[in-house]
Amino acid sequence: MTDVQSPPDAPTDSPSDPNGKRGLRDRIDTTNAITLPLLAFISALVIGTIVIAFSDIDKLQDGDFGGILTTIKDAYLALPDGAFNGWRPINETIVSTTPLLLAGLAVAITFRAGLFNIGGTGQMLVGGMCSVYVGFSMNGPSIIQIPLAVGAGMLGGIIWGIIPGILKARAGVHEVISTIMLNFIAGSLVLYFLKTDLFVREGRSDPISKLVTPEGTLPKLFAFLDRPELRAHIGFLFALAAAFFFWWLIEKTKLGFEIRAEGANSNAAQYAGMKPAFLIITSFAVAGGFAGLAGASEVLGTQGRATQGFAGDIGFDAIAVALLGRSTPVGTVLAALLFGALQAGGQRMQVETGVPVDLVLILRALIILFIAAPLLMKAIWRISAKGASSGPSFGGWGS
Amino acid sequence: MELELRGITKRFPGVVANDNVNLTIRSGEVLALVGENGAGKSTLMNILYGLYHADEGDIYIDGTPVKFETSGDAIAAGIGMVHQHFMLVPVFTVAENVVLGIEPTRGLSLDRAKAAAEVERISDEYSLGLEPDALIENLPVGIQQRVEISKVLLRDAEIVVFDEPTAVLTPQEIDDFFRIVEALKASGRGIVFITHKLTEALRVADRISVLRRGQTVGEADPSEIDEVGLAELMVGRPVQLVVDKSPAEPGASTLQVNDLHVVDASGRTLVDHTTFDVRAGEIVGIAGVQGNGQTELVEAITGLREILSGTVSVDGIDLTDASPRDVHLAAVAHVPEDRQRSGLVSEFSVAENLVLTRYHSDEFSSGVTMNWSRVRENARELVEQYDVRTPSIDTSAGTLSGGNQQKVIVARELSRDLRLVIASQPTRGVDVGSIEYIHAQVVAARDEGAAVMVVSTELDEVMALADRVIVLYRGRVVADLDRDATNHNEVGLYMAGALDQNEQASA
Repeated sequence: MTDVQSPPDAPTDSPSDPNGKRGLRDRIDTTNAITLPLLAFISALVIGTIVIAFSDIDKLQDGDFGGILTTIKDAYLALPDGAFNGWRPINETIVSTTPLLLAGLAVAITFRAGLFNIGGTGQMLVGGMCSVYVGFSMNGPSIIQIPLAVGAGMLGGIIWGIIPGILKARAGVHEVISTIMLNFIAGSLVLYFLKTDLFVREGRSDPISKLVTPEGTLPKLFAFLDRPELRAHIGFLFALAAAFFFWWLIEKTKLGFEIRAEGANSNAAQYAGMKPAFLIITSFAVAGGFAGLAGASEVLGTQGRATQGFAGDIGFDAIAVALLGRSTPVGTVLAALLFGALQAGGQRMQVETGVPVDLVLILRALIILFIAAPLLMKAIWRISAKGASSGPSFGGWGS
Repeated sequence: MELELRGITKRFPGVVANDNVNLTIRSGEVLALVGENGAGKSTLMNILYGLYHADEGDIYIDGTPVKFETSGDAIAAGIGMVHQHFMLVPVFTVAENVVLGIEPTRGLSLDRAKAAAEVERISDEYSLGLEPDALIENLPVGIQQRVEISKVLLRDAEIVVFDEPTAVLTPQEIDDFFRIVEALKASGRGIVFITHKLTEALRVADRISVLRRGQTVGEADPSEIDEVGLAELMVGRPVQLVVDKSPAEPGASTLQVNDLHVVDASGRTLVDHTTFDVRAGEIVGIAGVQGNGQTELVEAITGLREILSGTVSVDGIDLTDASPRDVHLAAVAHVPEDRQRSGLVSEFSVAENLVLTRYHSDEFSSGVTMNWSRVRENARELVEQYDVRTPSIDTSAGTLSGGNQQKVIVARELSRDLRLVIASQPTRGVDVGSIEYIHAQVVAARDEGAAVMVVSTELDEVMALADRVIVLYRGRVVADLDRDATNHNEVGLYMAGALDQNEQASA
């Protein structure tokens, strides 16, 4: 026993929570919400320097420490440079941020309900497939086709999201298991459909869909600049709108109040006359809608077609985004922006300094590791127990 | 042996749990440590037991400073603790539990005969009446507590600390417990008795130390102080210990529970064909030892638990298969027994908690959106009206003291027109000052014409509040008594299962 623990009997004699679960409000209290992610980011950058040093193994062997320092400096300067300095970097940051934000919201909403949605990938895949179908099978007009295609994507995501919700609410199947399994099923379904005549592109034997028609393609954000290489599209606006919707839902509505209550204390929610089963299913439906929108935005905007792996690792990166953003609307936007910027900046870093783009992956992994280990952060930075004692644990995890 | 705590200070972030506390414990005497919840009693004892480390101050044994890094050090120094929540392995026998950790062995195996002999020796010496081969899970709570005591004795404790030992006992078990305490004292051991029940402290202690907000505010001689004086010392102001109420004027039967039967998932009977009613304008107290179906009875009435058979109605409205929301809308208030588990969302603000069961009404929402300004207005009114001590209405409820958390619930549940009030353990873990207030609110609800059902495992509370007392034993109503025609002793016998009105009637 050590006295690192927070006091169980102060200010009351009774333990604050019989299950030892910590609720969201603890996790997102103001000091914690800003300090912890920031410290995690700084820690990751510090450890990243070691990675950079080893990536320049020649200088390391020569003992050219001045040279290494220069590399580190150049690499870290290239990151913001490649993310924000000019139209093209900003464009690339937006392109990377859009799906991360939407899928991040899909995880955040379930965190708020005390659930853990690992199924972002599957929901994106199903949503994207629905969208791409509408996208290539119509020839406009855009004003009808685009809303239809986007709506189809959201609907697909919602359906795929509702399944784990129903399984959890009605049969007690843990959502972590069911969403992972549904990811595999979605992946296989995508592969199957991409080889059917329904989707496959004429003259191709590999799994790739027909191209989305120009009328079904999401308009470019920077069309007014007349620079075709700026591929950012209005999917970003959808993502911002979704974040706004998330804020409105959580903070302003009765349903949001119920979702937060269910997430923080399901027993109390039930006592108060709320319906946990309904809330679980609804949260997953909203999550699926967000993820489906992410899929729609990828196939209708960024990629213009569906391939086997069009969702990439976004569904998993989204978990990191939601964690870093503490599942708040603003936090999730900022976290997605950070990850998007790192991704965009990483390209320039590799080109300009030779430091592999994988550094970005390592940085992201380190950030999450530090976020998930608040006591480690406390030890490293010697901050008070209050600021670090509440880690990102999940009500839905293990319950 | 003389154990002394000198100048103990323990700080937790944002709160000083112990502030320069001095305490002396001598062999052969009983020291009662009384104080409200949050006064720092448990923190102090955890420091003594090596579970926490004091920021300042020292512990002395017979004048020599000692340092307890772990509870193992404290045990080695002759300090034993009987926790409020027992640390027993239910599927082990008494003997196995007692020797757990210091097992006598023969070769590689447990020497059961020796373990049993040790338990019998201790049991005989202090008249504990323990059977070494009985399984813990089959024993009543009072006996389980004696197993805990014998664990401490086997480890040669000179000082025995009891943390709220009577909370889970029936009145008769409490009597037995005090006889054991006397025996321990006679054998020369020093006893620390942590409690918030003043009558018990006065009854058993040789000295009483009072803690208030982390400080020792006084030491009293039980022969020179009475309950009122002690309460005043504990709370820091004069308190009203007797519930001030006029005779009930019962009206029509409001809550009608008819042949209610509730079972758990495995089919075990929890509430056994129970029939009773509560009339408007009266307080019915449901007495019973913890775990005799009170929890399930309340859950069944309030829609939180499935009813196998029987009916529940309020003013003629059938609520047998109603949802918690339906019950709420039928003007029934429910103060749940465990505020941390279900009464509050600790992470939510006071304002949010004050509408937890009422957010859906037109008063606090319109269409799909919440009316937050009305929620905040409501919070300001109720915090003021119900004297909730909180830094602001935006403070998260989990940071309030137990008493103030309970006031938040009481304010939320009682601040509307009601037909029926169901209050379960309304003052558990609540300070004396808040108890007084909450009891007054319950009586006020009755006087406004609501039917009131108070469920409490504290017999004192039932006797203080109730106009009529119903005793539950193993899920059955074994007594329905007029408060003024009964007494603690009689109710205690019904609680223990020694008496049963049903049998008397048929006999």
